[in-house]
Amino acid sequence: MWWPGEDSLVRVRPRDTDWEGVRLHVVTGKGGTGKTTVAGALAIALAAGGRRVLLMEVEGRQGIARLFDSPPLPYAERRVAVAPATPTLPGGEVYALAADPESALIEYLEMFYNVWHAGTALTRLGVVDFATTIAPGLRDVLLTGKAVEATRRRSSGRLCYDAVIMDAPPTGRIANFLNVATEVSGLAKVGPIRGHADTVQSVIKSPQTAVHFVTVLEEMPVQETLDGLAELRGLAQGGLQLGGIMINMVRPVDLTEEQLHAAADGTLDQHELDTGLKAAGIEDRRGLAASLAAELTDHAREELAQRAQRTRLADAGQPCYDLPLITDQMDLAGLYRLAAALREQGAA
Amino acid sequence: MRSGPALEVDRLLDDPRTRIIVCCGSGGVGKTTTAAALGLRAAERGRHVVVLTVDPARRLAQSMGLSSLDNTPRPVPGATNNSAAAEAAGGSLHAMMLDMKRTFDEIVEAHSDPDRAEQILANPFYQSLSSSFAGTQEYMAMEKLGQLRRADEWDLIVVDTPPSRSALDFLDAPQRLGRFLDGRLIRVLSAPTKAGGRAYLKFVTAGFTMVTGVITKIIGAQMLRDVQTFIAAFDTMFGGFRERADDTYRLLQAPGTAFLVIATPEPDALREASYFVDRLSSDQMPLAGLIVNRVHRSPAAHLSAARSLGAAEVLQRVPGSGEGPLERGENGHGSESGTAGRRAGARDRRRTPDAAATTSRHPLTATALRLHAERMQLAERERRLEESFSAAHPVIPMAEVLAQPEDVHDLDGLRSVGKELARGVRLS
Repeated sequence: MWWPGEDSLVRVRPRDTDWEGVRLHVVTGKGGTGKTTVAGALAIALAAGGRRVLLMEVEGRQGIARLFDSPPLPYAERRVAVAPATPTLPGGEVYALAADPESALIEYLEMFYNVWHAGTALTRLGVVDFATTIAPGLRDVLLTGKAVEATRRRSSGRLCYDAVIMDAPPTGRIANFLNVATEVSGLAKVGPIRGHADTVQSVIKSPQTAVHFVTVLEEMPVQETLDGLAELRGLAQGGLQLGGIMINMVRPVDLTEEQLHAAADGTLDQHELDTGLKAAGIEDRRGLAASLAAELTDHAREELAQRAQRTRLADAGQPCYDLPLITDQMDLAGLYRLAAALREQGAA
Repeated sequence: MRSGPALEVDRLLDDPRTRIIVCCGSGGVGKTTTAAALGLRAAERGRHVVVLTVDPARRLAQSMGLSSLDNTPRPVPGATNNSAAAEAAGGSLHAMMLDMKRTFDEIVEAHSDPDRAEQILANPFYQSLSSSFAGTQEYMAMEKLGQLRRADEWDLIVVDTPPSRSALDFLDAPQRLGRFLDGRLIRVLSAPTKAGGRAYLKFVTAGFTMVTGVITKIIGAQMLRDVQTFIAAFDTMFGGFRERADDTYRLLQAPGTAFLVIATPEPDALREASYFVDRLSSDQMPLAGLIVNRVHRSPAAHLSAARSLGAAEVLQRVPGSGEGPLERGENGHGSESGTAGRRAGARDRRRTPDAAATTSRHPLTATALRLHAERMQLAERERRLEESFSAAHPVIPMAEVLAQPEDVHDLDGLRSVGKELARGVRLS
């Protein structure tokens, strides 16, 4: 097995990563690929070595709370996990925030216009809902704005968070989501939101931000990843930095090349399986060797299909990182393993 | 072993009273593939079918003859004329991909005179509303469904729902858009442009000023003007939107409609499925059953995971070595080399079959046994998840589709999915 153990969190020096200087990590991916899980693992990986990070979700799904097995998160930053301490380095801290556009808007009004007292009245009148509805980009700029605010926040001169990790909307919507500051700037030509949008945009389209894609090795998620990358490359002209491709749920390959192809073609040596079973003391009464050969064939075909998808991803020109399939129910131990894999490969 | 009833897919497809099948569920569970497979099977059993899809995988779309988003049902090449049985059955299959902006434009064009339509279509606010409003895709999917149903050219419509944040969005979003377009606030905003609104305004001037003031602060005066121009031009259509959404909603509650909830045997997907099932029942929507895609089973279920692993260990026990083959030490070299070196290292390890395979006397068998154990464990976990779903929803018929090693991207693939769906027996 090549999968790294938790101890590799120690061995990699904290500065030795592919995304040096990135402070806002935007994590996107098709539904079902494990976007939230990977964002959580990345947060732990980035927190290792005594750092403090903020993991933020924006879609009101309470996915982070489920991932860390905690009660539903409020619109407030709560500590949800610690990164493991090592003999040389202290443990890190992972904070989490479930952001929603309504709260973000009220907070924004409060901060810039001192109209917080109107907040509840506005909500009751439906003005907040209305405003976030008629300007579709407004919702998004409020959410990205919140992430940018956390990224830049300082307390007595020091940055509050070493990194902010955003569990962003799925691949299909990511370009709109991130480009929204431009959209809003275009719509509200003189509105005060524009100033806000420009700030957001200047951080998002800077080397401080990277957009990572989570995928599994299946056709449609890979296609969406490639489409998403292409779409963001259009935006990249403006300085948006593409991040890594996180290949999730990778299974280790247990077959030699020769065995793999024989299995895929259905030409495996069943006699070899027969003898093997006998040597292991298992009596084959019900065509066990044939059944096992069929399972090997499935496995091999899956692996070959996955390889084809891997090649497509490799051609995209972004660094790829493998995350092992965690077969048990995902828990903190599983997240630590994924975090270790990310660090081992230099993603964090 | 599960106890829930089996979903009888062919009976559903063959029943002439079934006019609409809605496939819903969270993202990434295979809704589109299932909808396409059901459509094809129904057509080959003699129905005149149209499949309305929202966001198909490219190769799947190509296999159904959908090369572009053109909002018009097209015959699916090879779906019926290649198969003598289907020809004899007299069925047909069309498919279309939803273009939400076009559908919205068509509603505008159909309900206003050409000048006004042009004015609306050119409005910047309309343009962003019709292409990126959070509920537009769902609203337009429902609208298109209503149109296809009214056209009455097909006797079965299979719909694949949009990839929403939550499966429930499909039910809620259309009404949200309807409510928004017909809402009171939008009327208040439009009041100054209407003569009749003046008297009312006298009473609410203060409130109105406050509201527009805040909105101007938030979105800017230009955008507010765009919205007001849009509202003025759109005036004749107000009221219609909620009504249309309500009509389609009622259509979904009608007896000819069957909902199929799609899931995979994973906690998140089944949780979404569970919400959806509860919601359908509280809204009196006709639920036909649950389809669980990508189920893993073993053809050698009589060999347990534990025994299989034990046997693999027997084979791996190499004379003279008491240690297991899993060496951790080889992972340690990452810290010295740079990033590229580390990644290359990871690749190499990936490609190298693990130590067990090279030291065991029967490496292939040992690998086969370990894979078998993994599959048995996976199957067991999936079964437990399905069982807890069944326990919560004991009367919901279920069907299972086995995981395929490769993606489905042609009609033959769809046919075999259809066959599995129709098998009617639960896998054991």
